[in-house]
Amino acid sequence: MATTSEALPGTVEDTLATREPLTPTQLTWRRFRRHKMAMFGLFLIVLLIVYAVGGSFVFSEEYANTTDRTLTGGLLHGPSLQHPFGTDPTGRDLLARTIYGGQISLLIGLAAVLVSLVVGVTIGALSGYYGGWVDSILMRFTEAMLNIPQLFLLIVAAKYLGDKVHNFEAFGREFSGSVIVIIVIIGFDSWMYLARIVRSQFLSLKEQEFVTAARCTGTSNLAIIAYHILPNSVAPVIVNATLGVANAILTEAYISFLGLGVRQPTATWGNMLENANRYLETAPWMWFFPGTLILITVLAINFVGDGLRDALDPRTMVE
Amino acid sequence: MSDEILVRVENLKKHFPIRRGILIQRQIGAVQAVDDVSFDIRRGETLGLVGESGCGKSTTGRTMLMLYPPTAGSVKFNGQNIFQSKGRRLMAIRRQAQMIFQDPYASLNPRWTVNAIVGEPLWVHGLVKGRHAQTERVQELLKLVGLNPMYVNRYPHEFSGGQRQRIGVARALASNPEFIICDEPISALDVSIQAQVVNLLEDLQDKLGLTYLFIAHDLSMVRHICDRVAVMYLGKIVELASRDELYDHPQHPYARALLSAVPIPDPKAERKRQRIILTGDVPSPVNPPSGCRFHTRCPIAVDKCKSVEPEWRDLDSEHWVACHLAQ
Amino acid sequence: MHTILQVQNLQTQFRTYDGLVYAVNGISYSLNEGETLGVVGESGCGKSVSVLSIMGLIPQPPGIIAGGQALYHGSDLLKKSQDELRHIRGKEIAMVFQDPMTSLNPVLTIGFQISESLQLHMAMNAEQAQQRAIELLEMVGIPQADRALHNYPHQFSGGMRQRAMIAMAISCMPQILIADEPTTALDVTIQAQITDLVKRLREEIGMAIIWITHDLGIIAGLAHRVIVMYAGFIVEHAGVDGVYDNPRHPYTVSLLGALPRVDMSREERLVSIPGMPPNLIGLPKGCPFAPRCTFVVEKCRQENPPLTPVEPNHEIACWVDVRTGGLR
Repeated sequence: MATTSEALPGTVEDTLATREPLTPTQLTWRRFRRHKMAMFGLFLIVLLIVYAVGGSFVFSEEYANTTDRTLTGGLLHGPSLQHPFGTDPTGRDLLARTIYGGQISLLIGLAAVLVSLVVGVTIGALSGYYGGWVDSILMRFTEAMLNIPQLFLLIVAAKYLGDKVHNFEAFGREFSGSVIVIIVIIGFDSWMYLARIVRSQFLSLKEQEFVTAARCTGTSNLAIIAYHILPNSVAPVIVNATLGVANAILTEAYISFLGLGVRQPTATWGNMLENANRYLETAPWMWFFPGTLILITVLAINFVGDGLRDALDPRTMVE
Repeated sequence: MSDEILVRVENLKKHFPIRRGILIQRQIGAVQAVDDVSFDIRRGETLGLVGESGCGKSTTGRTMLMLYPPTAGSVKFNGQNIFQSKGRRLMAIRRQAQMIFQDPYASLNPRWTVNAIVGEPLWVHGLVKGRHAQTERVQELLKLVGLNPMYVNRYPHEFSGGQRQRIGVARALASNPEFIICDEPISALDVSIQAQVVNLLEDLQDKLGLTYLFIAHDLSMVRHICDRVAVMYLGKIVELASRDELYDHPQHPYARALLSAVPIPDPKAERKRQRIILTGDVPSPVNPPSGCRFHTRCPIAVDKCKSVEPEWRDLDSEHWVACHLAQ
Repeated sequence: MHTILQVQNLQTQFRTYDGLVYAVNGISYSLNEGETLGVVGESGCGKSVSVLSIMGLIPQPPGIIAGGQALYHGSDLLKKSQDELRHIRGKEIAMVFQDPMTSLNPVLTIGFQISESLQLHMAMNAEQAQQRAIELLEMVGIPQADRALHNYPHQFSGGMRQRAMIAMAISCMPQILIADEPTTALDVTIQAQITDLVKRLREEIGMAIIWITHDLGIIAGLAHRVIVMYAGFIVEHAGVDGVYDNPRHPYTVSLLGALPRVDMSREERLVSIPGMPPNLIGLPKGCPFAPRCTFVVEKCRQENPPLTPVEPNHEIACWVDVRTGGLR
């Protein structure tokens, strides 16, 4: 007869038997909720998504790209009742443009991070788990990529590849092919940081006893990487990826500002800033609204990233 | 306990290389963690492997199951050399030889449920078909180790150290092994919980006919649970005998010092005690002493001990010692 | 025998996210000159927290010293300021902890750390302090003490580091040495060296010792008197022979029954205490050990037994007589 440790009243075990199981994810969410700034950031992000997506039900894309013929006294107008964010030199409503531009900017932010995740996590995982010459080769490659100045790479790639991809359709909108190019470029320029983070996570996690236990059971290397180690390395990856979205949005903004980003007529917050370049003092509303939106987005993402970093802190993971 | 030999370890060596170099790494030395260790484990018995930190006992256990790539030697399990087995044959051995780990906090994946953890051997070896069958079997195993089967979907952090250790035991039992290496399974637990786990291990041995290699540094507990005991020092086994023989008549000076140093929870016995206090610290396993490795701290060392390595010999019906001066 | 430390009704709690943790719940004992008191219990019983409270080393918040006194030569340590405590700590009451790696400063040499203490508390100049430091290192058995002075903690082995900690602790000839699990992380032969050293030193210096551990074996060889703690309460308090030969509290009985011995083979099963260590959030109604006790009666669940004498020099907190199973 095996010795039992049945639930006895008043002991910790008693609560174990009656409480709802809390997954690690639920625990993390609880800790995240305690962060006021992070919750505020999350709220802002939700608002922004509602703005960018919901707004497209209010204004059509055509509206955003068409000159308003009813304008009198020139096409460039400041904020008014009819055009709350004003118009640009070609008479297009800026509010609508920020909505559609926002969709692209956010899309680019998310997609670029996705690309860098796929590349970075794969390289980092293989490097960290197998070590040896696999690690050496992959890391030297990573370091080589890191040594190429980011701006230089972006500019050159954008200049030469920007026009090469055709326009395409998705979600009921037509996109300039340059969107894909920008996503890929930004993605391929930021995977290195993720790779290093993932690699260092793998280096330490693969020595953990539960990994040894899995090897002792006979679990294959691939299964260990995918099911044992990866789920435990999400913490810094999530934080990095979240902040990476902000970074990607900013990067898109300044490539576009340099004129090398997403091509017209597709709007992004970045190329709206570029259009505003010549009108910095005369028509400040042209840069103010997209600029502020970028600012709010980046700040909100950073707050959320901070909150995630604390919520996922491994020291508090083991109760 | 039968006379059939289940596990035969022969001349096992595990050296960890020390490498230096920038572009190309060269080996400049090695940590000789396990150096030419041989012993047999009989079916049904509990063999204790004791020693202090750095003696190589844990490394021996892990190398035996190829958790570290071995440097030399062989480990035969039911006649099959595990070091020369690959693919199916290796998997078959893994099914039969399992391990219970020391740290109840680190040896369970914090993101997996108990069901997944205990069930892993089941799906790795294809022992059950379907989730339902797996969950049922896991619940059986939880009951076997004294845990409430309702806990299948809980996470490790919700359990105490003793309960987590039971989960580890359940996992080790999942593939119906014949042989289990217990690598310091109770060191991290409170005294009252240690007794629970040890009792559980004994019950399981009786019920399932298991054979154990019990690696520990707690000599009192080893005396309680083991049939035969081997003492290690700096990568070598210095003495191996049946339990009472070793504890009552230790022959190797290190074994004697070790046993005299263990505290006894009895003030009268403590007052009467003659302790053999060793001087100095354990030498580094990178550069072990020449001859008998214990000679630097041995109270009775003579000249021969400094240059000649002692022979491993049977003094008297299965009481083995490696010492020049033992009779 | 002259009493130098008198602890009365010490209570310490911690505010946590999950509630108020009752770590120490009204413990009282006294320490006499030159005597060694063993404080025994498993993890979470409050043994470490109680001495850290006395020494003013519990951060408040989240800790709260909710009550009690710790009278050192008549004056209450719990009422002293951190400044006043700093003068006493290290000089008159010294502490040795479990992990010397975290209690020794890794970027300062051992010699510097010992000399610093000497210069601070004993008003020695640098040269005198260095000389004395060498003497101390020799006293604790560190070979080549003059060279060891210039070593950093990481250059020592675990046993040597613990000796260095002891050297620092005794440098100012303290009246009381508080040792909190100092040998738990050490190998058994090194542990024997250290306990041997401590026995020698207490003869030479005449200091009183409070030795905290979960290891009942060490206490049997070191202590004159023993207190057994559970869930923040003292459940048994007696001379060392009394506790081991004649344990009267069910927890002590079970604890001793759970221990195997190196000097004899026990064929019976080890006594295993059913259930798990108590949850310290919220004080229990009744005796904290009741859920796991084999001698429990209804009164145990209703009222928490106070610590009362069962024999001369032997107190227990229990309603039941373990020899008969009935009420005391």
